[in-house]
Amino acid sequence: MAVKFDLNEREVWDGAYAASQALRQAQVDVLAAYPITPSTPIVENYGSYEANGYIDGEVIMVESEHAAMSACVGASGSGGRVATATSSQGFALMAEVLYQASGMRLPIVMTVVNRALASPLNVRGDHSDMYLGRDSGWIQLGAFNAEEAYDLTLCAFKIGEDHSVRLPVMVHQDGFTTSHTAQNVYPITDEKAYKFVGDFKPVDDMLDFSRPVTYGAQTEEDWHFEHKARQHKAIMDSRPVIDATFEEFEKLSGRKYKRVETYHMDDAEVAIVALGTTVETALVAARELREEEGIKAGVVAIRVFRPFPLDQVRLALKDVKAVSVLDRSAPGGAMGAFFNEVSAALYTTNARPLVTNYIYGLGGRDFSIAEAKRIFKEQKAHADIGHITTDIQKFSGLRGPEFGYFQTLRG
Amino acid sequence: MAITSIKNLKEFSTNNDRFEGAHTLCPGCAHSMIVRELMNCTDDNLVMTANTGCLEVSTAVYPFTTWDTSWMHIGFENAASSVTGSEVMHRVRKKKGTLPDPDAPVKFVAWGGDGSTFDIGFQWLSGAMERGHNFVYVCLDNENYANTGGQRSSATPIGSTTSTAPAGTHSYGEKQKKKDIVAIMAAHDAPYVAQLAPNKWKIMAKGFQKALDTEGPCFINTVSPCCTEWRFDPKDTITITDLATDSLMFPVYEIINGHELNILYRPKNVLKVEDYLGAQGRYKHLFKAENKHVIDKIQKDINEYWDMLQRREEARI
Repeated sequence: MAVKFDLNEREVWDGAYAASQALRQAQVDVLAAYPITPSTPIVENYGSYEANGYIDGEVIMVESEHAAMSACVGASGSGGRVATATSSQGFALMAEVLYQASGMRLPIVMTVVNRALASPLNVRGDHSDMYLGRDSGWIQLGAFNAEEAYDLTLCAFKIGEDHSVRLPVMVHQDGFTTSHTAQNVYPITDEKAYKFVGDFKPVDDMLDFSRPVTYGAQTEEDWHFEHKARQHKAIMDSRPVIDATFEEFEKLSGRKYKRVETYHMDDAEVAIVALGTTVETALVAARELREEEGIKAGVVAIRVFRPFPLDQVRLALKDVKAVSVLDRSAPGGAMGAFFNEVSAALYTTNARPLVTNYIYGLGGRDFSIAEAKRIFKEQKAHADIGHITTDIQKFSGLRGPEFGYFQTLRG
Repeated sequence: MAITSIKNLKEFSTNNDRFEGAHTLCPGCAHSMIVRELMNCTDDNLVMTANTGCLEVSTAVYPFTTWDTSWMHIGFENAASSVTGSEVMHRVRKKKGTLPDPDAPVKFVAWGGDGSTFDIGFQWLSGAMERGHNFVYVCLDNENYANTGGQRSSATPIGSTTSTAPAGTHSYGEKQKKKDIVAIMAAHDAPYVAQLAPNKWKIMAKGFQKALDTEGPCFINTVSPCCTEWRFDPKDTITITDLATDSLMFPVYEIINGHELNILYRPKNVLKVEDYLGAQGRYKHLFKAENKHVIDKIQKDINEYWDMLQRREEARI
């Protein structure tokens, strides 16, 4: 039996420590990982739990992130609870295996501490690794602070391991801004946390020798399409399970989560749509603008990036006049991917807000309240005049000459 | 509990058959012989993983499977990592009491071809060996990327022709010496490492049993003649393997705890390597006058290696 870990009602944890504690409380059977900044402390913390008897599971310290996810796949197919953590280049290295984990319907939970992808080499937070995983068939949850990193990690096990879902889940937190920033966290007790997550109930267990299973078969044009379509159906059908899990977690903790979070959107005229810690920055800006200048500013935040909440996004934005969608990833010759998804959601409604795209915060460049205010004010100007006066894609916080692309053809 | 008595080949070949008939390996491929030898030499439950390769693509094409045992394939390079995930999960679940049958004996085995073992999966294999997991890794060494049409690997021997290192008017084919995977694995301080051949089936079965019964990471390189890419008649697989072992192109030996080397098969009449090379289309060009020096080099390398093995066996180092 694991040694009892004493927790206070209020702890001061950074995001990495918060995630490690959630892994401990979920009583993960196997954690296979390879350290990479800024997710390293999760692996170190968890390793210290093993060294001091706080867990009954085991840690496999493998020789690369590709091997980490490969060992996770083997372990998960062998009928137990499995987790790992990574960032950036490590995430890119394991990309091949991410698709295999989801294709084999293995409910692995992975904390992704978001960090820029090289080159140039950069250890700071942006969302390029998160974007790299967006078609991998994993459920992607976004935490905006340490407490949410803790809460959503517990929720991730319950969602992914639900027998109607059986999919791997990523819990994202921003590198350093969340992972290394100590904040107040109110943990729930070990007993309550484990009861919430529940025992792991294996499906197609490789260690059940009465029923041999083959994992990772080959399918060509005869069956591949059906498999991938059903996998897509599984992630689309996870939406009610995610909602139900969030409701149950609220009863337990008093903390309410939604697939799309809205702040001051009831009467908002202009909005920012964002991911990660930027949400809190934009929220402060919106509040201040409301007080200082009477601008009806609101924020829409995506809590569940995959399955993408198209229905809730368009609902949240249906009454605003102008929106800016913020992408924290180098777009590589296109509009920001997030901008494209939000715009697509809006195009399926009668609402036609003016939508612009900001690329910002790459490689950990700070995104300030002043920047958020400037973006809100620009949207307000668009709303007042009735069309977009700037380039549709712009860069915020970039030194040197300004870059901008595409102009509106609307009135 | 492993089976220890092997009376005759007929009994052995029909024992405990968990590698079922339906697969799409080439007629004459040695892979299925080697796999069945391993699976038939133990009664224990088996958890197996496989790298991408001929064995994998020929045995698990949905909706069929050849494997009457737990089996997983992920990618080209990572069977050694996935099997260690299974092995650790088994230990944890045994401790926590969550196994369906906690007392069922089980062995963990990973399969790879020479492409995945010598090349693309080398790091994953090395990592798993170093960490000391309790598993057996078996390489089905046919000295080329046969699954994708016969490209070179770092197991491809000097002088053979492959589609990416072909013989031509200005080349005798492969220029590099084959990587000594057995020595590299022994250098991981593995408790049991061996090179085995399916023509010496009793030695092979005993070697597999030894590996399965040894605690810790074990590695076995097996010679798997490939009629398609080596270019010989499918009925001659075992004849070619005989030539391989009796010319000492593939010496059969084991290394225990990284240093104790035992030669497991000593041919009564050592054949010249020409006999082995001449039986395969992939070496045909070596018999042109201008390439004679390559055959001399191959023979010299064989002699030196055999000499080294004998000295190591004698010196116990």
